[in-house]
Amino acid sequence: MKHLLSTEDLSLANAIRILDTAEEMAAVGDREVKKLPALRGRTVVNLFFEDSTRTRISFEAAAKRLSADVINFAAKGSSVSKGESLKDTAQTLAAMGADAVVIRHWASGAPHRLAATDWIDAAVINAGDGTHEHPTQALLDAFTMRRHWAKLAGTGSIGGDLKGMRVAIAGDVLHSRVARSNVWLLRTLGAEVTLVAPPTLLPIGVEQWPCKVSYNMDETLEKGVDAVMMLRVQGERMNASFFPSTREYSRRWGFDDNRLRALDSLGLKDTIIMHPGPMNRGLEISAAAADSPRSTVLSQVRNGVSVRMAALYLLLSGDTREPAATPTKESN
Amino acid sequence: MAENNGTYLIRGASVLGAGAEDLLIRGGVIAARGTGAATHADAEGATVIEAAGLVALPGMVDVHTHLREPGREDAETVETGTRAAALGGYTAVHAMANSTPVADTAGVVEQVYSLGRAAGWVDVRPVGAVTVGLAGEQLAELGAMADSRARVRMFSDDGICVHDPVLMRRALEYVKAFDGVVAQHAQEPRLTAGAQMNEGEVSAVLGLTGWPAVAEESIIARDVLLAQHVNSRLHVCHVSTAGSVEIIRWAKERGINVTAEVTPHHLLLTDNLVRSYNPVYKVNPPLRTDADVQALRAGLADGTIDVVGTDHAPHPSEHKECEWAQAAMGMTGLETALSVVQHTMIETGLMTWADFARVTSTAAAQIGRLSDQGRPLEAGEPANIILVDPAARWTVDPAKMATMGRNSPFAGLELPGKVVATFYKGHPTVLDGKLNTPYREPAGVS
Repeated sequence: MKHLLSTEDLSLANAIRILDTAEEMAAVGDREVKKLPALRGRTVVNLFFEDSTRTRISFEAAAKRLSADVINFAAKGSSVSKGESLKDTAQTLAAMGADAVVIRHWASGAPHRLAATDWIDAAVINAGDGTHEHPTQALLDAFTMRRHWAKLAGTGSIGGDLKGMRVAIAGDVLHSRVARSNVWLLRTLGAEVTLVAPPTLLPIGVEQWPCKVSYNMDETLEKGVDAVMMLRVQGERMNASFFPSTREYSRRWGFDDNRLRALDSLGLKDTIIMHPGPMNRGLEISAAAADSPRSTVLSQVRNGVSVRMAALYLLLSGDTREPAATPTKESN
Repeated sequence: MAENNGTYLIRGASVLGAGAEDLLIRGGVIAARGTGAATHADAEGATVIEAAGLVALPGMVDVHTHLREPGREDAETVETGTRAAALGGYTAVHAMANSTPVADTAGVVEQVYSLGRAAGWVDVRPVGAVTVGLAGEQLAELGAMADSRARVRMFSDDGICVHDPVLMRRALEYVKAFDGVVAQHAQEPRLTAGAQMNEGEVSAVLGLTGWPAVAEESIIARDVLLAQHVNSRLHVCHVSTAGSVEIIRWAKERGINVTAEVTPHHLLLTDNLVRSYNPVYKVNPPLRTDADVQALRAGLADGTIDVVGTDHAPHPSEHKECEWAQAAMGMTGLETALSVVQHTMIETGLMTWADFARVTSTAAAQIGRLSDQGRPLEAGEPANIILVDPAARWTVDPAKMATMGRNSPFAGLELPGKVVATFYKGHPTVLDGKLNTPYREPAGVS
């Protein structure tokens, strides 16, 4: 792997390798001195064109635990008209000797542009691009699910996949990079995914995706599910008529107290509730669900650091690099 | 002897792809065609052009060109754009109105017209804006533009759809007074707010806001009905979907006076290319699916789509070297159109060179009401002629083009067909595949 741009083109072998490495990294987090010398002298730039404190500090913690030098570059408004272009920013970072660029951008495909052009030669990690992908989020979700799945099976996580696990991803799929990255990665790992959403918040073309689609949350639960991942929904979507009101959304597609009770009555005692954060309590997830023992929200945050350490480590330690499906360089 | 009075004897050209014939050009017209041309009294002293293996065609007429001047001379000028046109085999181009200032007054269209005449590479026919400032609120002075020296007959807010149905109706009605045509950029604005690419399987994966086919088709459906209702003439710019072809076919069957154009890029490229996120593939309307490409080819072959229009849209490099969402929409096309059409329509067996002449010249001239373009290659006709080497193969290199735009989506592709010579009003603007000299009005003629 030279870059980590998407989970769509992430092979099973590479996915497992990242997850297994993350398990080793997690062990570091349990030690008193939470630091490895692996990336000493390497420079990781967190290039954030969009506010995201959580993802940024997670990457920052990951890089620092690997002893890398971290530069945080908050670049808002990258348009040619507003100031410096992505190209100029990238070339500036290249001149400063960045070894890896962790990029969060509001524009889908911006990390691909960095990787495909000759603007910069650093490893590129997509930390969320527009409504396209958020591969490290999907990897930390898979890491969390894999631990749960292995525990239920009474086995260890290392080397394992998610074969047979039933995962429901519910909410604003249309605008969700988390949903997209999860669909591809969960397919690769063998899970059975059902997207649950109002038809307005599913993309045209979703029928081609390797998953099932349901408009009904209760039916999905009744059919049995091992993990329910709630996606953040923005209340403002109401103004664009994606749904009539936040209350109707919450009733039909939110994970409320009734549905939390339904898990018990349906005998789904091991079903976990996931959320990538930040949560809209009372909208897509009720407070009781968010705080219940089923909730993995905080584990996901913790696992995020391990997964990002693994990604940085694998991309920046040369001996583990292998050819991966990356776009060919453009010579412009 | 003034240059434009030059005499040229084209020997053994395959006229419209048929048998080899001679053509004698003198005084801006075809003096003779066929066996008598070489022995014609006027042939004495003629410059002989050996054209064995070359196809002679009427000079191409583009119904859809963005020359960017006035206002965006960093992207293209009338001079550079028309050099590109001549090299691409064109003898006339329609310059779209979305310049700065907008070509919505007699003054601006006359300026563009004058710049075209001064450049001398092709006939530059300004397109007038339908509405003031392309704002879609108030009709521009269409009559003044029609009566100006530029003699505007085509009106378009291209780049923006005339989406107000009442305004569109009035425009269609009003242009009847001077045999004008409204060229519609069919794009329902509400359905395409923030749209980045064709809405479908690929946009779903890429997370780019979708541009549904229905946004184009619904406007075309409305407009053909409006054209029928007020009995006027509608031209549909850059048709890009299979559904649009069906609606236009239906309209023509009903006798509605509608013409339509397709761009070379929509005849060849699909939205799969957007997977690269390379903004060179960002265009309005967007690249569609393979099914759309096939329907567009079929529609062009059967006459549902009348013409090929390039929608040549040069942009400075910084408008493409950026994130997809930030990038400008548009592709260059003047210097690749012939090759792409040969590749997609002729080498696939869908069309002959005679059909090519119809869709790139004859029908285009009729839409723009250009009486001296798109004419038969017969004695007495204006000598707007190109010679094409259909056996040539070349690899597209945007850096070598005459246009200032480097945003060719065909970069690196090997394409067939090369323009060897372009005669504009009897004068060779292109010879041996290279720019020659511009046409100059004979002394005493204004």
